[in-house]
Amino acid sequence: MLKSIGKRVLQTLVVLFCVSLLIFILLRIIPGDAITTMMGEHANAETIERLTKEMNLDKPFYVQFASYLRDICTGNFGSSYTLNKPVTELISAAFPNTVMLAVFAALIAWVIGMVCGIIAAVRKDGILDRLFMGFSLLGVSIPVFMVAMLLQYLVGYRLHWVDISGVKNWTGFILPAIALGWNSAGSIARLTRSTLVEVLQEDYIDTAKAKGLGQGAVLLLHALRNAMLPVITMMALQISSLLSGAVITETIFSINGVGRLAVDAITSRDIPLLQGTVLFTTVIVIVGNLIADCLYTVLDPRIRKGA
Amino acid sequence: MEEKLLEINHLKSYFFTRKGVSPAVDDVSLAVPKGKIVGIVGESGCGKSMTAKSIMDLLKYPGRIVEGEILLDGKDLTKLSARERRRVRGEDVSMIFQEPMTSLNPVVKVGKQVREAILTHQKVDRAEAKRRVLEVFRQVGISEPEKRYECYPHELSGGLRQRVMIAMAMVCRPKLMIADEPTTALDVTIEAQILKLIKTLCETTGMSCLLISHNLGVIAQMCDYVYVMYAGKIVEQGDVFTLFDHPRHPYTQGLLASIIHLDEQRERLSTIPGMVPNLMHLPEGCAFCNRCGQAMDCCRTKKPELYDLGGGHAFRCFLPGESEASHA
Repeated sequence: MLKSIGKRVLQTLVVLFCVSLLIFILLRIIPGDAITTMMGEHANAETIERLTKEMNLDKPFYVQFASYLRDICTGNFGSSYTLNKPVTELISAAFPNTVMLAVFAALIAWVIGMVCGIIAAVRKDGILDRLFMGFSLLGVSIPVFMVAMLLQYLVGYRLHWVDISGVKNWTGFILPAIALGWNSAGSIARLTRSTLVEVLQEDYIDTAKAKGLGQGAVLLLHALRNAMLPVITMMALQISSLLSGAVITETIFSINGVGRLAVDAITSRDIPLLQGTVLFTTVIVIVGNLIADCLYTVLDPRIRKGA
Repeated sequence: MEEKLLEINHLKSYFFTRKGVSPAVDDVSLAVPKGKIVGIVGESGCGKSMTAKSIMDLLKYPGRIVEGEILLDGKDLTKLSARERRRVRGEDVSMIFQEPMTSLNPVVKVGKQVREAILTHQKVDRAEAKRRVLEVFRQVGISEPEKRYECYPHELSGGLRQRVMIAMAMVCRPKLMIADEPTTALDVTIEAQILKLIKTLCETTGMSCLLISHNLGVIAQMCDYVYVMYAGKIVEQGDVFTLFDHPRHPYTQGLLASIIHLDEQRERLSTIPGMVPNLMHLPEGCAFCNRCGQAMDCCRTKKPELYDLGGGHAFRCFLPGESEASHA
């Protein structure tokens, strides 16, 4: 098992390298020029030339990439052009907000989604099943920004239950987390339900019942562990959609998070900041997938053998 | 007759579907004496598995027991609460299934799955439970039991998995083991081993066995007493020698005639014409009348009752006396 996990970690490093190369190339082929952005439209030719030299922009592509790699390996992501602060400092200031939002949203999505899915599967075709599946269909169908604005209007503006923008304390995360998590909760609930319904038809469930186990034990010890496998895959995939959704929700709810930082960096062509945020997000997605893979190996012995 | 361990009286298990009611088990009565192997034989869909599942309370929605009693040592299982019923399952009555490939949980070690049966029913610690599992593993002929204990189902062959299933069924020393087509998914050499194992276990432990099969050869080799089922009803019953030597019901005769005899030279194999009828659209009279070569007028209009020939041999047909008076 350790061997297969080690192998996956190595693969992850390769993926990281490729991703950083991709980001590097992408940011250099988009229109706009770093110097102009930094100095404004009316910078004199001398300054531009000096800065181009200073920032190695006159060197060939691979030299630039090598120095970029060397920098990020030592934790130096450069400084933001527009905010004049080191990128690492900006990201680490915004990071806790994004983490709070993502964790809240993931809790809503995964815990509520799974519990609803389990109840719906056990009470298949019952009232709760229909209710939960209706809610999850809504969640899957309505785009995140729509949910966010509806919630702002209804809960914030009409009912005055919570603030509609900015975060003074944890209550500020409630609406954004619901807006962000509902969609994922919907797909998790539907997937949990369908896999669990399928697993409950399996022969080994009859075996477990024939042994004299109660319904709860059959569900927990035999059905869920098998039904969880595809659900975990989906959770890993959702990490990226949660993060990209965070870009939208952070903007709508004025939360100073990594997503909003990225949006600001894009609009102001702040290349170091953009590089930093994109790379940072990528790392989180990759690590999330790595954890899911490791969990998979722990949960399913058949994969352990194959690796 | 010997002391009865299991007695089923007038059991009816129906499936209530949108298209109508399907009588999967229709007024079945049977008995399993202590220490004996009793067989139920019939085609696919004749209700033999559903009879077994009714005993185990494993019928799936929309199926349920409509009426009848299932007496185990004189106690009616259908009257027990869900909790008491669960105690009986696995401890007094256990079951092995047709597909050893899919009957074990793929993500749990087989030793643990067997141990679970003990821990569910008996107050013993894990170490003691494990010791008992290893003992049962040896008893059912699993080599290297310590090593197998730690294996996952996918690491074992079909025969070994079925031995694990038998171990699971045996580990609580049940009074009755229900074997639902235990060897259908196995190849012939493994089949012989598993059948021999079941027979030996019954003989050495005094356990009774209800063996369900569509294979007449298996039934003949294993059972003391046989029930032949057709379309949810028992059509003939008797001890194995009487039934195989003097089958009376045309269906039983047809089944026996369709066995291939290697010492005979035959151009074509004998078959029973037609198909098993849809349980929701059974003929008005005898369920077998449309496939029966000896069907009479009364067969199409009236349902035959069991006709007792004495000595435990009975069959459901109008043929013997032709007069309906003998069926009273």
